[in-house]
Amino acid sequence: MDVAIIGVGLHPFGRFPGVTGIDMGAVAIRRALADADVEWRDIQFAFAGSYEIDNPDAVVALLGLTGIPFTDVYNGCATAASALTLAAATIRLGDHDLGIAVGMDKHLPGAFSADPRLYACPPWYGELGHFVTTKFFGMKINKYMHDYGISRPTLAKVAAKGYRNGALNPNAFRRKPLSEDDILASPTLNYPLTQYMFCSPDEGAAAVVLCRAEDALRYTDTPIYLRATTVRTRRLGAFEVHSPWLPIEEAPGSTVDASRAAYEMAGIGPEDVDVVQLQDTDAGAEVIHLAENGFCPDGAQEALVSDGAFEIDGRLPVNTDGGLIANGEPIGASGLRQVHEIVLQLRGEAGERQVPGNPKVGYTQLYGAPGTSGVSILSR
Amino acid sequence: MTSVPAAEGIFTWPSDLPQLIGSRCTACGIVTFPVQESCPRCASTEMEEHLLSRRGRLWAWTTQEFPPPSPPYNGADGDAFTPYGVGYVELPGEMKVETRLTEANPDVLSVGMEMELVVVPFRTDDDGNEVVTFAFRPAG
Repeated sequence: MDVAIIGVGLHPFGRFPGVTGIDMGAVAIRRALADADVEWRDIQFAFAGSYEIDNPDAVVALLGLTGIPFTDVYNGCATAASALTLAAATIRLGDHDLGIAVGMDKHLPGAFSADPRLYACPPWYGELGHFVTTKFFGMKINKYMHDYGISRPTLAKVAAKGYRNGALNPNAFRRKPLSEDDILASPTLNYPLTQYMFCSPDEGAAAVVLCRAEDALRYTDTPIYLRATTVRTRRLGAFEVHSPWLPIEEAPGSTVDASRAAYEMAGIGPEDVDVVQLQDTDAGAEVIHLAENGFCPDGAQEALVSDGAFEIDGRLPVNTDGGLIANGEPIGASGLRQVHEIVLQLRGEAGERQVPGNPKVGYTQLYGAPGTSGVSILSR
Repeated sequence: MTSVPAAEGIFTWPSDLPQLIGSRCTACGIVTFPVQESCPRCASTEMEEHLLSRRGRLWAWTTQEFPPPSPPYNGADGDAFTPYGVGYVELPGEMKVETRLTEANPDVLSVGMEMELVVVPFRTDDDGNEVVTFAFRPAG
């Protein structure tokens, strides 16, 4: 049973004092329902992702207590991908015909923190200052730059693209373009990454309405088909966040595994993809993820970024809505924000940031602690 | 002033030549740090203590230029915070171990450089003891 997306909705990303995560979730759901032209009472099941909100399904208090199966999921930075994967599977398995995946979050400013013991790490790992995700990203891109000849100005170019695209996106958190010089001159947080090369935890919500592909044209003239959605976790030997040690043997990261599985499931290859959303926790992560998802060989990013290949009018537009760098990262919502953007791009409804040439195939990727990735492939 | 390790059982202390305390799987031979009760490769529960090499090569590195969120971090904060290096040092035939580095200057650190284990002051506890931790420094 194939799956189609017939509606998407977003509560803007940013900081919204006095607005709860649940409120934002309800806004995103209402917008997705309106976009799909269905009513809440038509929805047969739901999955909701959140980190900060214990029971995001409590959103039914604002929408209607219809008694549907409504399951909450949390899976690190791949939470939204997990909600989407489970929602799609529910339809593929034939359990239900019409459902919703929603993500919502409301984080405090500053780097994420947690009790290391909850990540199978010893308490001293946190006490000594190792339990910091940003320094992992610093190490990973610093090693990648050493191994494949990527320069620091390339990281600044990638971040500048994020802010520039964010300026075109009314729902983005950061809507002010920043120059490469300003990005390079901002304080270094974890060498080679500066403050403006990182995204920030923030607030927001996103929702998508899904149905059986064969029913899609009953709801909309522009269904977007969910051709694949996958989640993978790290294998032994992958270089992953929150690792007090790594074995000598090396393995590809969880993104590589999730990506390969998604291409296989979709019967689509990276050469067929027209528009891409990648996890850009930092500018370096976007550079690495370009290769990990098969869009270029390791090291080719240096020239491709310089040539503008990943700009909205480039050969392969990446993070057209500004990505995490301009939108921030409300963990539960982030991956559905990516899907929201791809759906708009494939429908030709992305306004000022519309990719030219009628893109047919879109791709999204999430990555986060403790080594979990989610990929989806969508097409018209 | 007495020096006390930041945690029991992670490095031999006191010692003139301290070593990190890991474990080795008697079934498949993989070495872990710190000690763990079961093997992350073959799931065996037959693990034995294994003292790690004191020298290796820098495999990956960065700098930590802001105080980590506290809790869990309990070292120097605010104005007392000094940036430090962080990296993985590859210990030949054993593993890549994540560690504080004594050096935080990007112009000095480079992948592949020879490193050795040292024990360095980390903070002073409420009883006035000097809490020490493991780190790696450029060797020779």
